[in-house]
Amino acid sequence: MSPSNIYVPYLMEIETITEEAPEVRTFRLKFKNQEEGENFKFSAGQFAEYSVMGGGESTFCIASAPTRKGYLECTFRKTGRVTNALSKLEVGDTVGLRGPYGNVFPIEEWEGKNLLYIAGGIALPPMRCVIWNTIDKREKYKDITIVYGARTVNDLVYKNELKEWEERPDINLITTVDPGGQTPDWKGEVGFVPTIVDKVAPNAENTIAIVCGPPIMIKFTFPVLKKLGFSDENIFTTLENRMKCGFGKCGRCNVGKYYVCKDGPVFTLSELNKMPAEY
Amino acid sequence: MDNLRKKAKELLESKSVDLVIGYENGTNGKARAVFIKDPEKTGKLIYDERCKQNLAVYLNKHEVKHYGRIAIVAPLMVMRSILVLISECQVKQENITVLGIGNDGSFLDFQSMEVVEKYISKIPLGNPEPDQVIIDKLNAMTMEERREFWQNELERCFKCYACRAACPMCYCLRCTVECNQPQWISAPAHPLGNLEWHQLRTMHLTGRCVSCGDCGRACPLNIPIHLLTMQQAEEAFHMFGVRAGTSMKADSALSTYKPDDKENFIL
Amino acid sequence: MIPEKKIIDRVALDKLYESLKAAGNKMFAPVFRNEQTNFEYNPAATEISYSHIQTTQSVKNTVFPKIENLFRFESSQKSVELVQIDFTKVPRVIVWNAHPCDAAAFSALDSVFNWDYVDEIYNARREKLVVIGMSCIRADENCFCTSVDLGPGAVKGSDILLTPLANGKFIAEILTDLGKSIADENASLFTASNGENKEEVLAKVEKQFSHEKVTENLKNGFENSFWHEFSLRCIGCGACAYVCPICTCFDIQDESKAGKGRRLRCWDSCGFGMFTLHTSGHNPREVQSQRWRQRLMHKFSYQPDRNEFIGCVGCGRCSRACPVDMNILEQLVELEKLEIAAK
Ligand SMILES: Cc1cc2nc3c(=O)[nH]c(=O)nc-3n(C[C@H](O)[C@H](O)[C@H](O)COP(=O)(O)OP(=O)(O)OC[C@H]3O[C@@H](n4cnc5c(N)ncnc54)[C@H](O)[C@@H]3O)c2cc1C
Ligand code: SF4
Ligand code: SF4
Ligand code: SF4
Ligand code: SF4
Ligand code: FES
Repeated sequence: MSPSNIYVPYLMEIETITEEAPEVRTFRLKFKNQEEGENFKFSAGQFAEYSVMGGGESTFCIASAPTRKGYLECTFRKTGRVTNALSKLEVGDTVGLRGPYGNVFPIEEWEGKNLLYIAGGIALPPMRCVIWNTIDKREKYKDITIVYGARTVNDLVYKNELKEWEERPDINLITTVDPGGQTPDWKGEVGFVPTIVDKVAPNAENTIAIVCGPPIMIKFTFPVLKKLGFSDENIFTTLENRMKCGFGKCGRCNVGKYYVCKDGPVFTLSELNKMPAEY
Repeated sequence: MDNLRKKAKELLESKSVDLVIGYENGTNGKARAVFIKDPEKTGKLIYDERCKQNLAVYLNKHEVKHYGRIAIVAPLMVMRSILVLISECQVKQENITVLGIGNDGSFLDFQSMEVVEKYISKIPLGNPEPDQVIIDKLNAMTMEERREFWQNELERCFKCYACRAACPMCYCLRCTVECNQPQWISAPAHPLGNLEWHQLRTMHLTGRCVSCGDCGRACPLNIPIHLLTMQQAEEAFHMFGVRAGTSMKADSALSTYKPDDKENFIL
Repeated sequence: MIPEKKIIDRVALDKLYESLKAAGNKMFAPVFRNEQTNFEYNPAATEISYSHIQTTQSVKNTVFPKIENLFRFESSQKSVELVQIDFTKVPRVIVWNAHPCDAAAFSALDSVFNWDYVDEIYNARREKLVVIGMSCIRADENCFCTSVDLGPGAVKGSDILLTPLANGKFIAEILTDLGKSIADENASLFTASNGENKEEVLAKVEKQFSHEKVTENLKNGFENSFWHEFSLRCIGCGACAYVCPICTCFDIQDESKAGKGRRLRCWDSCGFGMFTLHTSGHNPREVQSQRWRQRLMHKFSYQPDRNEFIGCVGCGRCSRACPVDMNILEQLVELEKLEIAAK
C-alpha cells in the first residue's frame, strides 16, 4: 500500500535494537514493503518523523548513512511521550516513518577539504550519518577529525563505532568527557568540548567544521572556531526546533522566515547570523 | 478617580513600586488593562463599570512579574484573587500594593494586605446575582437536562483556552490538558475531550474560584463557562464554610483538612 | 472567464439556496445563535442571517476543520494495519453568504497547503468548495480590508459575488466557471442586470495604513521594544488564531483505544506557551511578547516574503474575539508609524 497523503507513514519493522547509553537506543529499521524501501532516497543531514500508532510522532534524524543500503537507523533518547512509547517496542515490532525531510549537508562541495566534526552528547547521531557518508568516500576528503564529548563515559553513544574510528589510521578521533565524568581507566580527554577543541587547535585552512550538540556547547564552540580562523561559511550546524509536520505547513519550526524543517535543519553560521535568535 | 491617579503617581515617583497595573480606555469604547512605569502617564488610569477584567491574572505573567514591585488597581474580585495567589505562594505579599476600589467605585487606600483581609471580611460574598439565578435554574434541572445543557454548550468549545488564560487561578505551567505522560485528556476539541477538560478545570478551581466571571467573559464563543466554577464555589462554601480569597493563609477548601469537615459526599 | 452580471431578488435567492441544498450540496451559511453569528451546516433558508457585520468564527473549517483525521490504524501484537481515509468522498460544500475578506482568505490557505509539499487532504476539500460571497454594505471599526488590498466589494475568491441593493434585490456577479454552472442550472431565478452599480451601496471602509510600509518596518523590527510594550496585555490564549481565516498552525495527535485509533491534525496556536517548547525545557519563544511578535511577523513579514501573500484579510475577527482588547488594527497603524533604524 503506498501512502496516499503526505501524513501517512511507511511501515517499518524493527530489525535490531542497540542500547547505546542509559536511555539511549538505536533502532535498525527495515521497510515492510520492499518496493518502498528501494524508492526511498535520502542524504546526510535529513530527518524523518517516526511514530508508534497510538503513541504519536517524533522527529529524529536519519542516523545511518545513505551509502549503507537496505535499512535505516535512528537513535533516540527516552525523554517524552513518543520516545517512551518507542522504548517499549521490541524487535519485530512496527514503527511508522515519514520522510525524508529537510535539507542536506553539502558533502560534494566539501570534497578535497579537511573535515572537523564536533559533537556533544546525544548529538552524535545526526552527525553519524554524515561521518559515515564521508568515511565511505574516504578518498574524496583530506584529514577527518572527530571531537566527541559526553557528560560521562557512560553517556558516550555508538561505543562500537567509536572503537572502529579510533582504530582507523585515516581518522583522528578525540573523545572527551566532562570533568568528573571519567572512569579510572578512561584514556580520552577530560574537559568540555569547546575547551578540547581549543586545545587540539585544528588547522582552519581548507577545513569545514560541523558542530552538533546542546545549545550551550554550540554557543561556546563557535567563538573557539572563530579564534582558530574558521570563517562563518565553513562552520555548519543543525537546529532542532520543535516540529510536527516536517514539511512547512504546521507553523511550528520557523526561525524568522526560515522553516527549520524545509530550509534546515542544516545551516551555516553565516546563515544563522542572518536569522533572528529564536532557536 | 483623581485619588487613584494621585496615589499611583506618588507610588511611582517615590519608587515604592516599579509598575502600576490598572485600566485605561481601550479601542472602540472598551476599557482594558494598562501597564504604567512613568508617573506622568498615570493620568491614563480610569475606573468605571466597563472595567471588568480580573487584572490579577497579570501578577503571574512572566514579563509583568519581572518588573518587581507592583501596584494594582483592585476592585473586590482582584483583591480576592491576590489573596488566593499569596496563599498559594504565587506572589509575594511585599511585592504587591493594592489600589483598592470599593463597590461604589471609590478609591480605597489600603495600608497593608491585612487591611485588605479585614475589608473583605466585612463584605457579603457570593456569586453575582444574575449568574446565581442561572445556576439555581441549572440546579433545579434533572441530571439529564443538565447534562444536555452542558453538552450543548461545550460541544461548541474549540479549545482556545481563553477561559483558562483569563483566570488568575489558572496559572499552572503545564495544565492537565497538556500533560501527555500519561495523556489524561484528549487534546483535540471534540465533545468528549472538551467535557473532560472542562470538568477537570472546574475541579481544580473548586474552592479557589473568586466568582469574577472572567473565564466566561473571555470566551469568544459565549460559552457560560464561569457557571461551572461558580457553582463549585458555592458548593465548597456550603460544604466547608470557607470562601476563596478571604485570607492570605492557605485555607482553600480542597487543600486543607479539618477534623470537622463534612464527609457526607464520600460514599 | 469573463464575469457576468445578473440580478436576483430575495425570494429567488432563498429558492437558489434551497435548490442547491436539495441537490445534495452541504450548505455552510451564517446563523445567529448564542448572541453571535456563525456559519453552520445546512440551516434552513429562513435561519440565515443577512444582517450581521461579521461572523465570530471564520469559514476556514470547510477546508481546514478543527479536527481532521489523517488515517486510521489497527494494531495488534506484531501487526499494524493502516486504513486510508477516502478523501474523494468529501461532499461538495457551498459557502453561502461569506463576506469578501473570507472569500479572499482561501487563496492564502491554498498557498500554505501547496507551497512545496502538496497537502492532498486540504486540496480534496478545497476542490469541492464553492464560494458564494456577499459584499458588505456595513462595516465596523475593526474592519480594515481596504488596507490589505481588498475591499467590501472585492471579488477575489468568490465564484458568485452578491451585493444587496437598496431595493431588496441583489447584484450577482458570476465570476468563475463554477459560478456560471450554478447560475446556468438555475437560470430562471436570475434576471438581466440593468447597469446597477454596486459601488453606490458598499460600506465605506477607510484605508488605515500601508501594508507595504508595515512589511518594510518589520524587516528590521524584530528587536524593537514595540513587541514588549504592545503585548503586555496579551494573555496568550488561542482566540485570535482560532477565529482567524488564515491562521493554520496545527498539531498532530494520535487517539486510540485497544490498538485501534486514528492520527489526526487539530488546530493549534503559535500564541500558546507550549507551542515551541522542547522536551528538554528549552523554549525558543519563552515569553508572550515573542509569541505575539511571531503572529504579526508571520502575517506581515514572513508570509509576504516567502509566499507572496499577506497573512491577513482585515476581517477584524481577532480584535473582536480578543478578551483583553489586543486590537490588531491599532497595532498595525502603530507599526506603520514606527521609526526603525535600518540595520
Ligand atoms: C531535525 C531534528 C532532529 C532530531 N534528531 C534527534 C535524534 O536523532 N535523536 C533524538 O533523540 N532526538 C532528536 N531530536 C529531538 C527529538 O525530536 C525530541 O527530543 C523528541 O521529539 C522528544 O519526543 P517525545 O515525543 O518523546 O517528547 P514529548 O515531550 O512528549 O514531545 C512531544 C512532541 O514535542 C516535539 N518535541 C519535543 N521536544 C523537541 C525537540 N527538542 N525538538 C523537536 N521537537 C520536539 C515532538 O514533535 C513531539 O511530537 C531531533 C529534533 C529535530 C527537530
Ligand atoms: S470566575 Fe472563572 S476566571 Fe474568575 S476566578 Fe472563577 S474560574 Fe477563574
Ligand atoms: S474560552 Fe470558550 S471556546 Fe475557548 S476553551 Fe474556554 S470554553 Fe472553550
Ligand atoms: S489577523 Fe485578524 S484581522 Fe487579519 S485575517 Fe486574521 S482574524 Fe482577520
Ligand atoms: S491577542 Fe488576545 S486573543 Fe490573541 S492570544 Fe493575546 S489575549 Fe488571546
Ligand atoms: S515542522 Fe511543521 S512547519 Fe516545520
